Amino acid sequence: MLNLIFSTSSALYLTLLFPLVGAGILALCGHRRMAGPLNLIICIATFITSLKLAVDVFYSGSIITPSNYFYVDAFNVYLVLLNSFVGMTTAVFSGPYMAHEQKIGRVKSAGMRLYHSMYQGFLFTMLLALMTNNLGILWVAVEGATLATVLLVSLYRTPESIEAGWKYFLICGVGIAQALFGTTLIYFAAVQIMPDSSQALMWSVLYSHAAELEPTVLLLAFVFLIVGYGTKIGLVPLHNWLPDAHSEGPTPMSAILSGLLLNIALYAVVRFKMLIDPALGTNIAGHIMMGFGLLSFLVAGLLLHRQRDIKRMFSYSSIEHMGLITFAFGIGGPLATFGALLHMIVHSLTKSAIFVTVGHATQACKTQSIEQIRGLINSQPKIGWGLLIGTIAIAGLPPFGVFTSEFLLFSATIKSYPWLVITLLIGLSIAFAGLFRHVQPMVFGPCPQGHIHIKANMWPVALHLCLILWLGIAVPDVLAGWIDQATIMISGKGVL
Amino acid sequence: MDIAVFTLAEQLILTLAALMLFTSFLLLAQTRLLTLIHIFALQGGLLCATTLLIAFTYGRHHLLISAAITLGLKVFFIPIQLQKLVTHLDIKREVEVVGHPSLIMLGGAALVLFSYYAVLPIRELSMLATRNTIAVSLAIILLGMLLIISRRKAVVQVVGFMCMENGLMFAAISATHGMPMVVELGVALDVLVAAILFGIFFFQIRTEFGSLDVDKLNRLKEVD
Amino acid sequence: MNAWILAIVQTVLLLLIAPLLSGWVKWVKCKMQCRRGPMPWQPYRDLAKLMRKEVVLAEHASPLFRATPYLVFSVTVLACSVVPAFTIGLPTAAIADVIVLVGFFALGRFFLSLAGMDIGTAFGGMGASREVTISSLAEPAMLLSIFTLSMTFASTNLNNMVHFTLTEPFQIHPSFIFSGLSLLLVATAECGRIPIDNPATHLELTMVHEAMILEYSGRHLALLEWASMLKMLIFGVLITNLFIPWGIALTSGFVPFSVGALSMMAKLMGIGALLAVSESVLAKMRLFRAPEFLSLAFILSLLGMLSHVVLEVH
Repeated sequence: MLNLIFSTSSALYLTLLFPLVGAGILALCGHRRMAGPLNLIICIATFITSLKLAVDVFYSGSIITPSNYFYVDAFNVYLVLLNSFVGMTTAVFSGPYMAHEQKIGRVKSAGMRLYHSMYQGFLFTMLLALMTNNLGILWVAVEGATLATVLLVSLYRTPESIEAGWKYFLICGVGIAQALFGTTLIYFAAVQIMPDSSQALMWSVLYSHAAELEPTVLLLAFVFLIVGYGTKIGLVPLHNWLPDAHSEGPTPMSAILSGLLLNIALYAVVRFKMLIDPALGTNIAGHIMMGFGLLSFLVAGLLLHRQRDIKRMFSYSSIEHMGLITFAFGIGGPLATFGALLHMIVHSLTKSAIFVTVGHATQACKTQSIEQIRGLINSQPKIGWGLLIGTIAIAGLPPFGVFTSEFLLFSATIKSYPWLVITLLIGLSIAFAGLFRHVQPMVFGPCPQGHIHIKANMWPVALHLCLILWLGIAVPDVLAGWIDQATIMISGKGVL
Repeated sequence: MDIAVFTLAEQLILTLAALMLFTSFLLLAQTRLLTLIHIFALQGGLLCATTLLIAFTYGRHHLLISAAITLGLKVFFIPIQLQKLVTHLDIKREVEVVGHPSLIMLGGAALVLFSYYAVLPIRELSMLATRNTIAVSLAIILLGMLLIISRRKAVVQVVGFMCMENGLMFAAISATHGMPMVVELGVALDVLVAAILFGIFFFQIRTEFGSLDVDKLNRLKEVD
Repeated sequence: MNAWILAIVQTVLLLLIAPLLSGWVKWVKCKMQCRRGPMPWQPYRDLAKLMRKEVVLAEHASPLFRATPYLVFSVTVLACSVVPAFTIGLPTAAIADVIVLVGFFALGRFFLSLAGMDIGTAFGGMGASREVTISSLAEPAMLLSIFTLSMTFASTNLNNMVHFTLTEPFQIHPSFIFSGLSLLLVATAECGRIPIDNPATHLELTMVHEAMILEYSGRHLALLEWASMLKMLIFGVLITNLFIPWGIALTSGFVPFSVGALSMMAKLMGIGALLAVSESVLAKMRLFRAPEFLSLAFILSLLGMLSHVVLEVH
């Protein structure tokens, strides 16, 4: 019996089942006091099963369910683990945070039910997107993730939040429709060579036939896919929804949107790139990604300077980092891919830690406006230090993990496109200046009147920051070996 | 003659494709909300007819389910809900002023040309006679986008969004004779949820801003 | 020689039934509106009466003003002779080109507008300017939809077009739907029918065609009226025969010819009734909205061409 529960494919199903059932239960009782802890418990359960799944994949290679519907390999299992981990730590923060919001009357009990239910629903759609083998279902799940979060963005019912929700809904909906068209084109190319049309959208099947697919169709499909999923990644010029959605929703939502959802969309693009590269035989898909990535990296860095809202500022930082990762996947060699995968982890961990800290800061100062958040280190030392260290980490200073991955990325760029390194360095310093220009007075500086003292639970932040520090000083062999497996899958060659 | 190589059923599918394109243009030109919704329902009906035709001509009987979903969702549920909403919110009589209608129409024609050239490589390799319709489906998607961009009424934007969905379904059905059933069901579910969410948003926007003009949603800017 | 006689017979027949068509439209329209209208042959009486009346000329009328009715009428008769009505393969087929047809109409319109301005009254000039505005918008749409058709038929010759449809196996052309609709819209504008112009009104704010011929009287007016009836007939024959050519005689002989003539009459009655219905349910547009109407026609013809290129070319 115990053996059955802990068999590999049941770990896979349980990882999906827990959040799905959780969404159902929390839809009924999400407004009660125990909803926050319950949310956390479900997240912990999900994390445990995904850990089990990850260990299995690490030791015995990729898993494919008999019906062919789910497929887990080194690439997506580490994102599954990251997803459930960040989901769990954010749930630690989310419980008290939302209880506070309910207490001060920003959210009613119906809103709380919606929030908790959709928190799990969102995790479910993301895990589904990661683990499904069917590219059509991947689309359905990514669209589902939008639908699950769109009402959370407008949860506070202020004019701004409704505007943000509407923009998020419409822009992402329109964008993601392009991705479905791209998926249809892939299917179209696949049915030309495959007799069994029910298997023609299965990634594992397509991957084994990738070289036979018609290149012109795939290239066209990829353009639509990058526009579609790129909207979701927040690539410039398709990014308009992102700062709005991140800044107007509840902060735990911002943390998982920024830390996880963007990764999922990028994961989808990389999966498609893996199909398209063998068919095309050139790196044109990579060049498209590099172009989008570099543009996002530079534009977001510049826009950072002009922000007045702390959450908007950090969401631009997310665009910047997603641009960098897209760029790195575009370069495509083993080193760049390794760096990109590592950067996905460290960015998720750092960004969610920062958003959690920012959530505490905004509750303490009762505002999101950068100009009115001052002197956190004096009034709330824990929050102040958290924000400072988080910002140092995200800006890519040693000894944190972001530095390691960026270093790898830059080395890879020097090897393939030396001239672009200058652009990258300029972009990085612009973003660095932008971040510290705003964060320095918020952290130091005199403390104005009117701040309330809140009991901040900084454990998730501390945990994330410690992990990033660890990754910065020495990437553990287990993780390195793991990322290397994924790198071999994506780029054909390992680093280690 | 070129079209003579197609069978009558295929010619009929092509005609339906052309009519769907035409309804997209009608949507672009129409300024009255109720008529707009009716045209949208008509487009759904054409989509449903195409699905049925393909299901019977090529013996793809799983497409019958897809046709039923289209009929229920795009011809009845969404238009009726939108119509109820428009009546309920009392915006039935509102007529939207479209700046430069002819320019928008010409832009639409340009989009059709663009989609034709974009999918030109595909036409050269498929065995299916209906592959010509890929260009039309792409055009319908892009015209839906143009509708969203060129209008300021939330209801019209939703119709544009659903029009894009029609284009996507049309692409899947006519060019590939239907995606796998799981995917079609998933997409239909997403469309249904999206339709409900749009309804919720209408009420939220209406309560907060007092009208359904998205021009009033202008508080959030890229830079301050 | 025989064929020439046949061509002349066809032209004369068209010439004779033109007033009947316009009477028929009026009659159906009256029936639709529950009125007791004049009988369909009323236009013959009107024309006969006008023919008998004295011609009154304005003091400053130039020879052009006097020549215009004859010019317009003869140009229209020429146009009438090239349209395949109940048979094809006549000697006139050599010039039966759509572009020639458009040219004939343009020529007639040119002289009519000049004549409208010739007297120097306000109405004439106003009518001429409106007529030219409308036709400058209608002509591109008409030519574009004709080009779409000729892309399918690989010819601009009317005879070849009709012959093509009759001899090839039955095909559904998506582009024909659009071109047909567009041609219908253009025809309403060119013939000065509702919603562009109202032939039954002499209200100075709205009239277009009537304003130009306001100064004419007697046989001049009769000829111009007849020419405009003929123009409507030509458009009717053209549209019906291009899209529904079945019935036209392919071989010579009494039976095919009478079948052709009868089917032509039936088609004309059908399209006349359609016009009457649309005139009863539509209101006349303000002049400033005419460009919108015609841009719809243009978009339709553009769509026709696009759907030909996108959908029909293999």
